Amino acid sequence: MILAWAVLIPFFGGVAAWASTRLGGAFPRCIALLALALDFALLLSVLGRGDSGGQWLAETRLEWMPGVGAGIHLAADGLSLALALLTAFLGMAAIAASWTGIRERTGFFHLCLMSVIAGVMGAFLALDLLLFYVFWELMLVPMFLMIAVWGHGGRYRAALKFFIFTQAGSLLMLVSILGLYFVHGTETGKYSFDYMELLGTPMGRAAEFWLMLGFLAAFAVKLPAVPFHTWLPEAHAEAPAGGSVLLAGLLLKTGAYGMIRFLFPLFPNAAEAIAPAVYVLAVIGIIYGAVLALGQTDLKRLIAYTSVSHMGFVLLGIFAWEGLALNGALVLMVCHGASTGALFIIAGAIEERAHTREMARMGGFWSSAPKMGGAALFFALASMGLPGLGNFLGEFLVLLGVFGVNPLLAASAALGLVASVIYSLWMVQKVFHGPALQGPGISDIGVREAATLASMAALVLWLGLYPAHFLDRMGIKESIGATAIGIDSKAATGTGADGPEAVRITEHRPDMEGAAELGGIKGK
Amino acid sequence: MSAADLIAILPMLVLTIAAVVATVLAAFRTSHAFNAALAVSAFVLALLSLVPASKAAPRAVTALISVDAHSLLFTGLLLGAAIAVTLLSHGYNEGREGGLAEFYIVLLIATLGAVVLAASAHFAAFFLGLEILGVSLYVLIAYFLGERANEASVKYLILAGIASSFLVFGMALVYAELGTMEFSEMAGRAGESGAGPLLFAGLAMITVAAGFKLAAAPFHMWAPDVYEGAPAPVGAFLAAVSKGAVAALLLRFFFQTGSLALEPLFIVFGAIAVASMFAGNILALFQTSVKRTLAYSSIAHVGYLLIAFLAGGRAGMVAAGYYLAAYFISIIGAFGAVTLLSGKDREIDLLDDYRGLAWRRPWLAGAFTAMLLSLAGMPLTAGFLGKFFVASAGVGEALWLLVIALAVNSAIAIYYYLRIIIALFSPAYGEAPGPLPRLPIAGTVALGALTLLLVFLGVYPGPLLALLEEAASAFL
Repeated sequence: MILAWAVLIPFFGGVAAWASTRLGGAFPRCIALLALALDFALLLSVLGRGDSGGQWLAETRLEWMPGVGAGIHLAADGLSLALALLTAFLGMAAIAASWTGIRERTGFFHLCLMSVIAGVMGAFLALDLLLFYVFWELMLVPMFLMIAVWGHGGRYRAALKFFIFTQAGSLLMLVSILGLYFVHGTETGKYSFDYMELLGTPMGRAAEFWLMLGFLAAFAVKLPAVPFHTWLPEAHAEAPAGGSVLLAGLLLKTGAYGMIRFLFPLFPNAAEAIAPAVYVLAVIGIIYGAVLALGQTDLKRLIAYTSVSHMGFVLLGIFAWEGLALNGALVLMVCHGASTGALFIIAGAIEERAHTREMARMGGFWSSAPKMGGAALFFALASMGLPGLGNFLGEFLVLLGVFGVNPLLAASAALGLVASVIYSLWMVQKVFHGPALQGPGISDIGVREAATLASMAALVLWLGLYPAHFLDRMGIKESIGATAIGIDSKAATGTGADGPEAVRITEHRPDMEGAAELGGIKGK
Repeated sequence: MSAADLIAILPMLVLTIAAVVATVLAAFRTSHAFNAALAVSAFVLALLSLVPASKAAPRAVTALISVDAHSLLFTGLLLGAAIAVTLLSHGYNEGREGGLAEFYIVLLIATLGAVVLAASAHFAAFFLGLEILGVSLYVLIAYFLGERANEASVKYLILAGIASSFLVFGMALVYAELGTMEFSEMAGRAGESGAGPLLFAGLAMITVAAGFKLAAAPFHMWAPDVYEGAPAPVGAFLAAVSKGAVAALLLRFFFQTGSLALEPLFIVFGAIAVASMFAGNILALFQTSVKRTLAYSSIAHVGYLLIAFLAGGRAGMVAAGYYLAAYFISIIGAFGAVTLLSGKDREIDLLDDYRGLAWRRPWLAGAFTAMLLSLAGMPLTAGFLGKFFVASAGVGEALWLLVIALAVNSAIAIYYYLRIIIALFSPAYGEAPGPLPRLPIAGTVALGALTLLLVFLGVYPGPLLALLEEAASAFL
């Protein structure tokens, strides 16, 4: 039941926060924060159990629709837990970031925020495909409302665009889920939506490919992979700071998680067959996102485009389907959540003070707000992959893994790193240095913002300097789900149109110690 | 007629007697509340009489009426919908001009027609039920005279008349070919003689008539004008009870006769389904009136529902039933929200009228939002599971084209549902509103109950599924 509580606590916390609106003041904020802190502690306790010998650290099964073959099946392994912890953590950061920014309808705001958290949490823990779909959709409506009610000027259009894009992908996934359900049912005679049942469903090549595409549609839109990314800059630019933190930090991660947990294990051959095409999209995304980031005048849009670039790395790492790259993608997901989330908090803080997102109207803030400048510099460096910080480790591991698969890909992806240096430093330079355009400047960050940013910085530093512990406990081991699927690295370099005849079952035991040392050495 | 026969058709008898009693009492000066209460209690009594009726089921009462799990379940659904509509009507009608007693009498008679439809096993009952329902609707649509209402009523009258004539002609052709009017015998006879051109022509004409009643494309032209012109609670009745009764009948007709297995008819129905989805959703994008939007949305929903028809089999039956139940709740709830807001002076119908409602009437806006999300098929609402079962039935039969059309259309439809939700949650504009008028109690209770039911059916489908499985066994 512990996992069911992990999902329910945020939701009930949100309802309680909403109900406490009458009490006024900081009540809703505090209640929401406490609920997430409790949730975080709960998840840590699951992590503290260590290896239970089985595959899952915790598992919950409840009846739901036995006639249909859908149940409430939640389970957490290291991967789920890492992302669930990140969810609670960034949820707290989002609440802290909205502490002064959201003055109207605070109760309802926190209800929406906590509902998003509950949906994301559920998506990271659900092992029943129908339940996963329900959670996957559940985050949409409250997120939509967060953008539409508390967003800025173009918020309606942005909210609609976000919703329709993601919904279109989701619906295709639903059709695929149903297709898989029937394929499995007719093959085995057992109709079930349970992940463990569906793993290794025997099916024809064409069927597998089409079903995989449905899942890919949903995950690629959410991630977002180019060319399905156009909703993201708009949604980010118009969302309130807390909403941006959730979007960048969590919603994008659900797409990546879906690929790792569902796409590859369920459709190994088809995923591999389409891998070359995805590689190309990922590399285009890395470079295109970085180049577009350079052309932005709006601070939040700039950060949004950097997300497209970073998530391209994650996509590349996942589709390489190779121990090092996968773990790199995971580290990058966590660090991107923290560093980009922090940058959005800073952007939100600037907007709250200077009432603008236009970088042309910013400049010289360092003199009036040195602490904010320092924090911005730190996270900009993290974002551009400074060795010693987690983002570097993630990107490095991805490149290392991908290099083994296809050196050319790794080389082109590395170009994105070059561009990231330019946009990160340019952003800091434009906003914090140069002549002060706003007369008196802006007030510096207070204790609340400093504490939030410091905790996020600590996460990035911890993963950058000492990743061994994280990767040991939560890294992606040789098995994801029940089956170990190793992908023949030679196949990926070929055309991949036919795919290999058989999936080679291998065990990936990435040399974590080596990776950890590497991070450590670079950090010194 | 034995005693058991009478018990089996108890719901119809209750409604008939109630209509007669209400007519007699209307001669005396009765209060509006009394009339509404009388109608509600008649519906509740009819609902309760399903219990003894189910003891007598399954039973063929003459050749016309078949009382079985299917008809009982749909009778229950239709009566539930009628109760909700009556409760919503009370607050809406309060203080309006004209005698209000007759409104409820006609509502009783219209529901009687719907219940007869749900239990028809014969062309004669089909036609009788449809006409009882149809004629009552002409009255209801134009009940509160006004330019819009008159136009809507005349439009409905003329087109429904044409549809009825198509229906009768179609029935005659089928009878000429098969020599029977009983659904249960048709499949056997058609099998003996093979399907001839007369049969196809007859079925095609029946399809046209049914398509009109269901407001499926391309027979949907009347729906937006009529829904907009009719009083809001009557719109709810039209969209739910009138459509639902015809759908219940068609389920029996097509599943019992197996005529959808005929290739041409299957293709025609598939085309109608796809056309309804696209026409309804795309035209809804351009509406500024909430009632018109809901009208187009209900056209699209018929398209989704037809996928379950085309899938056939037990899965199709169950999916269609669940879909209808979910659709009933959502569409009545959505029209109900419009009803509750509309006073006796004007209909609150334009999108702009809804701005900022969430901040002034949070519970009402919340219920309305839930209904819209259910129509859009978002999880945790009945509408999602309905759509899920329909898609499931479609995928199970490999109707890929239809299922993809459903997915694409759901994505299109999101836009106009969200547009209403955005209006609800946008900051109120204009002057600060004065004290809000009190919401009518009966209607508020009805909307609250519908919302709870919506979430219950969206989270816990077990009980309804069990009933639907049983209903599907009635003739499969």
